[in-house]
Amino acid sequence: MSGTITKVSGPLVVAEGLADANVSDVVRVGSQRLIGEILNMTGDRASIQVYEETSGLGPGATVETTGMPMSVELGPGMLDNIYDGIQRPLPEMRALSGDSITRGANVPALNREKKWDFVPVAKPGDKVAAGDVLGTVQETSAILHKIMVPRGVSGEVLSVESGEHVVTDIVAVVRDGKGVEHKLSMMQRWPVRIARPYTRKYVPSRPMNSGQRIIDTMFPIAKGGTAAVPGPFGSGKTVVQHQLAKWSDVDIVIYIGCGERGNEMTDVLMEFPELKDPRNGEPLMKRTVLIANTSDMPVAAREASIYTGITIAEYFRDMGYDVAVLADSTSRWAEALREMSGRLEEMPGEEGYPAYLASRLAQFYERAGVVECLGSDDRQGSVTAIGAVSPPGGDISEPVSQATMRIVKVFWALDSSLAYARHFPAINWLTSYSLYIDTLRSWYTEQFGETYMLNREKAMHILQEESELQEIVRLVGQDALSPADRLTMETAKMIREDFLQQNAFVDEDAYSSYPKQFRLLDLILHFDSLCRDALGKGADMNGLFAISAREKIGRAKMADAQSFQADYDAIDALMKKEIEEVTAGGEDE
Amino acid sequence: MIKEYKTIREIASPLMVVEHVEGVTYDELGEIELPNGELRRCKVLEVEGDRAVVQLFESAQGINLAESRVRFLGHPQELAVSEDMLGRVFNGMGQPIDGGPAILADAHMDINGLPMNPAARAYPAEFIQTGVSTIDGLNTLVRGQKLPIFSGSGLPHAALAAQIARQARVLGDNETFAVVFAAIGITFEESEYFINDFRRTGAIDRTVVFSNLANDPAVERIATPRMALTAAEYLAFEKDMQVLVILTDITNYAEALREVSAAKKEVPGRRGYPGYLYTDLATMYERAGRRQGKKGSITMIPILTMPEDDKTHPIPDLTGYITEGQIILSRELHRKGIVPPVDVLPSLSRLKDKGIGAGKTREDHSGTMNQLFAAYSRGKDAKELMTILGEAALSEDDKLFAKFAEEFEKRYVSQGNNTNRSIQETLDIGWELLSILPQRELKRIKPEFIEKYMPKK
Repeated sequence: MSGTITKVSGPLVVAEGLADANVSDVVRVGSQRLIGEILNMTGDRASIQVYEETSGLGPGATVETTGMPMSVELGPGMLDNIYDGIQRPLPEMRALSGDSITRGANVPALNREKKWDFVPVAKPGDKVAAGDVLGTVQETSAILHKIMVPRGVSGEVLSVESGEHVVTDIVAVVRDGKGVEHKLSMMQRWPVRIARPYTRKYVPSRPMNSGQRIIDTMFPIAKGGTAAVPGPFGSGKTVVQHQLAKWSDVDIVIYIGCGERGNEMTDVLMEFPELKDPRNGEPLMKRTVLIANTSDMPVAAREASIYTGITIAEYFRDMGYDVAVLADSTSRWAEALREMSGRLEEMPGEEGYPAYLASRLAQFYERAGVVECLGSDDRQGSVTAIGAVSPPGGDISEPVSQATMRIVKVFWALDSSLAYARHFPAINWLTSYSLYIDTLRSWYTEQFGETYMLNREKAMHILQEESELQEIVRLVGQDALSPADRLTMETAKMIREDFLQQNAFVDEDAYSSYPKQFRLLDLILHFDSLCRDALGKGADMNGLFAISAREKIGRAKMADAQSFQADYDAIDALMKKEIEEVTAGGEDE
Repeated sequence: MIKEYKTIREIASPLMVVEHVEGVTYDELGEIELPNGELRRCKVLEVEGDRAVVQLFESAQGINLAESRVRFLGHPQELAVSEDMLGRVFNGMGQPIDGGPAILADAHMDINGLPMNPAARAYPAEFIQTGVSTIDGLNTLVRGQKLPIFSGSGLPHAALAAQIARQARVLGDNETFAVVFAAIGITFEESEYFINDFRRTGAIDRTVVFSNLANDPAVERIATPRMALTAAEYLAFEKDMQVLVILTDITNYAEALREVSAAKKEVPGRRGYPGYLYTDLATMYERAGRRQGKKGSITMIPILTMPEDDKTHPIPDLTGYITEGQIILSRELHRKGIVPPVDVLPSLSRLKDKGIGAGKTREDHSGTMNQLFAAYSRGKDAKELMTILGEAALSEDDKLFAKFAEEFEKRYVSQGNNTNRSIQETLDIGWELLSILPQRELKRIKPEFIEKYMPKK
């Protein structure tokens, strides 16, 4: 089925003679066979979004439909790999066409020559349905890839092949109720704009451990939850995203660089193979899939990139894994949407964005969640979606931020004034929120006792009070405050500097375990309560603030991950002793 | 066989509609021949059936609908490149204007370039010493980085950019260096300032100048930075040179883009700039970088003037989202007589962390850098408080921080445009300033470095 181009305007191409094509079909455009997708049809005229630069294309060139919607290839070989927005492997593109991305390159997403050791799980004679595991492949040292029965296939297993196979080899044959034999390989296709099915969805109830104190203790996110990280440029969005990609206790990370800097993707590419997962010691790259559609790459493929990413995430979820999808940045995706909408001459909504912006965003985030996967073994998997938002000028009253905030449950608001003072992560503790606190409370209590959440509330309260006291200080000066209020200010400063600040570039501090977070905050709050008692007994305020244990608390976050308990015990004892001394000194006078 | 058309239907500068065309493709370059034989250039923006919408690069003056002829050349706009471009001056369309001969082309390159494969990039990690403390010490520039200067009307950004171009070098390195300078809609005087500075230091022989001045056609500016970057790519990746690209002023470029967008009646984004401004800027800025297996590099310093000194204006805002940091100039510091008036707190270099430390600059660099930022930020707050409530309202510590902030601006930031400080000098000045503060406040520096580097009183 082919048609003829009548109009070219940037990435938008109009072709006629495509009456039999379907909306959303992938098409090949012109002699270079550029990849495109049909957006609209009017009679036999199709409006096509082309995923590659259209320079040199003109009326009269042919357009061929493939008859299939925009799909990804799912199977072994995706981990430890880097794709562009339409799932073309970038290292192989480089081998084919050099340092630049040339047009019309046609490289399969999954390597067709690489052999995988397929270990069957199903036996001939087994009854299987969609989602059941046929066998496994040890894809990387960290991840066991489960080969599942694709949707629409169920019946009796006739044969299974074990041993070395390429992804397209037939590894199993299943005969369905009508007697049709389905030959199954390790690879399946899935249209990216359709969510993959599951048996049922649950409310998220376990936290995702990120090793970041302000996230885990103050504004936790649940596995299967959704979060947004908005912030102006320079406030550290990308570092937060990288930290999450590195340290989250999920099985798989899908990192989507959507319209962002090329060097940032290179950074991930070079750094992740070197970094070890703190839980199993495997290189982080072995659990990571990168989707890189940098800002200079074609804008239409940027629009597709987040769907490519989340579809791959859902596929791993279906194996029963916990997956995190990090999209940096959804604002660039929205801009791609706006650009295509403008070229289609659609009626614009707010700030030129199309009216369907909010519903498209909601559709993306709603693909996150904890689910019981298809298949008979009741396995559970989750997809956690975290999107960076880049509001113009840092002003979150703009449409993308607002539409995102209506959907996500966790909001980590980055603040440029914190970033200027080099308070990182620059997540503002007053404007951020997590709506998972209540559902996760029981998990924290079960693991670490009630004190964990009580401490959190105490700390949040102190920070809240500090901001009110700061108003007073700004008007009348610090001397007007009572000693108790001065203590609140001091404790708040300690919480900010000694607990919330975390240096992503220092090995000892980049990842902080739950027990370490808990002890550190407890130490600071203990200082607060001891001092409050001492002040009640008439102790000298300045003496209390000058004790040497405070400097030790200031450096406590650098304590070794293995032996910190002993260090913290020592600081705690020293602090008690010094405060007692100051109190005794006060009473003597 | 190139066809000629005499079917211009409409001209609304900078756009023109040509009808009954055949075989014309998107983005193709065209030539318009005026009745008097003069040639003007244009490119195809949209083609629908036999109707092509083209954008003129030069003024529409004198084009006559009945008599002018249009030819389409079958390829996008190209630049003839060769090593002989060094030391030459070109106009915004890449034609020599220094009276010298035409360039004997080694190759013709599409000025739009191709996106670089992220898997082919090499991460920028080589420290460039600019001799400017606020950059070297706090916002370190590395090879292959794009670090813009955000300035305002009347601020001395040209002096700073010229100082960087003059002093920048990679420690212990003798590779060939080249400067590509693109004047985009700036005045003759500003352009001469740069060229004279290059001439004074002898750098002119290693410099390629593309000049589109304020009185040259605005639409031509859309091509100028791309011409410059194409030349830079050729020198860096074909000829193994270390290229520094200075683009000034991006604000003029964005305004030219807005002009064309408005003429095309596109739906405007913020402040009338087209919705694709981000993508358009990115396709330029992202051409900076290093490639695996190639010796050369492109380091880019775009300069832009922020309208009303507003950092949230779309041009600085979108630039900041693409570039790897920014150097911001402050009017307040400029009024105080601080030279260069770099506002360090909102300035940033995203790539500094891989370019500093033991073996590159010095082991104490990272810690002192963070400490200086944090201390200056606190000192500025203290000074603000002091102006409201008087010095008496400050705690003892805050008084010291206020003093630190004062000294920091005077000694660290204000170094003048002719001082070339080595990284060691910069770090040592930092330590001297930190010695003003109580040691227990220096939480961001490892105790062993305090022991080793803190000047003994």
